[in-house]
Amino acid sequence: MNPITHKPKSLVDISTHYCPGCGHSVVHRLIGEVIDELGIQNRTVIVAPVGCAVFADKYFDCDSIQGPHGRGPAIATGIKRAKPDSIVFSYQGDGDLASIGMAEIIHAAARGEKITVIFINNAIYGMTGGQMAPTTLVGQPATTCPKGRNPDLQGYPINVSEMLSQLKSPKYIERVSVDSAPNVIKAKKAIKKAFQNQVDNVGFSFVEVLSICPTNWGVEPIKALDFLREKMMPQYPLGVFKDEGKTQEGK
Amino acid sequence: MPKIEVDEMRCKGCKLCTKACPKQCIEMSDTFSKTGYYPAKLAKQDCCIGCAMCYTVCPDLAITVYK
Repeated sequence: MNPITHKPKSLVDISTHYCPGCGHSVVHRLIGEVIDELGIQNRTVIVAPVGCAVFADKYFDCDSIQGPHGRGPAIATGIKRAKPDSIVFSYQGDGDLASIGMAEIIHAAARGEKITVIFINNAIYGMTGGQMAPTTLVGQPATTCPKGRNPDLQGYPINVSEMLSQLKSPKYIERVSVDSAPNVIKAKKAIKKAFQNQVDNVGFSFVEVLSICPTNWGVEPIKALDFLREKMMPQYPLGVFKDEGKTQEGK
Repeated sequence: MPKIEVDEMRCKGCKLCTKACPKQCIEMSDTFSKTGYYPAKLAKQDCCIGCAMCYTVCPDLAITVYK
């Protein structure tokens, strides 16, 4: 009897620091599998964010740099322009990308930098203790809005994928989820296409991944999945928002 | 018969695999692992069909599927 599942070679074989059920680890594994399949491990550079994934550089067996809060796309721009042969991806959460890093991501997308951005959206600040993020849903409680987000005071959540798809330069924008096995497989296809675009020098690729944060939502992981499906998905519909790549690999 | 093996040092007891298994073969152990969680385990022999759904959703790479 032989194993039919194998740990990705581009991931370091250690346990992660993420909470039980966290979607970050699933996305790490998917990225690791994609790097293995494309054979790009020795020219990949990860730009780790500030947030729960701040130690992401410890888990990927490739070159890495850890950027200041929200500045991942700016750092990735510099690396990609200095070394165009490298495969550079910025891995960011919603507190990192959608609040303090909003300027960086919009301008990197508007310039059409040939980088890949993986955006983990769990509708809350994770590492800092469950504060309201720009992506927090209306009515969703957080430590800085214990009665739930009130649109009169805090406005409405930002749909980053829809917003970036209004720009002309980005080539590929998709929103996926890691709540179930079929959706994880779709998420892997999206991530693979985002990396394949960079290998083929197509242009800016952006994948938003809806993920659960059981610890800061205050629920068990399996109940968090229900929250993601029932509350998050209506606000953040899955789908391809832009696909102007030349390749159809991974789709 | 296909089977799974759970690495108890990696499993954090999130139970996502118990939901993902189409045959409901996986349940949680009633004893602590060394890391302080209740790890998942294959509850019934001859139940697993080797679909690897549990591996697909497992956040911690704790499951290996044999076929």
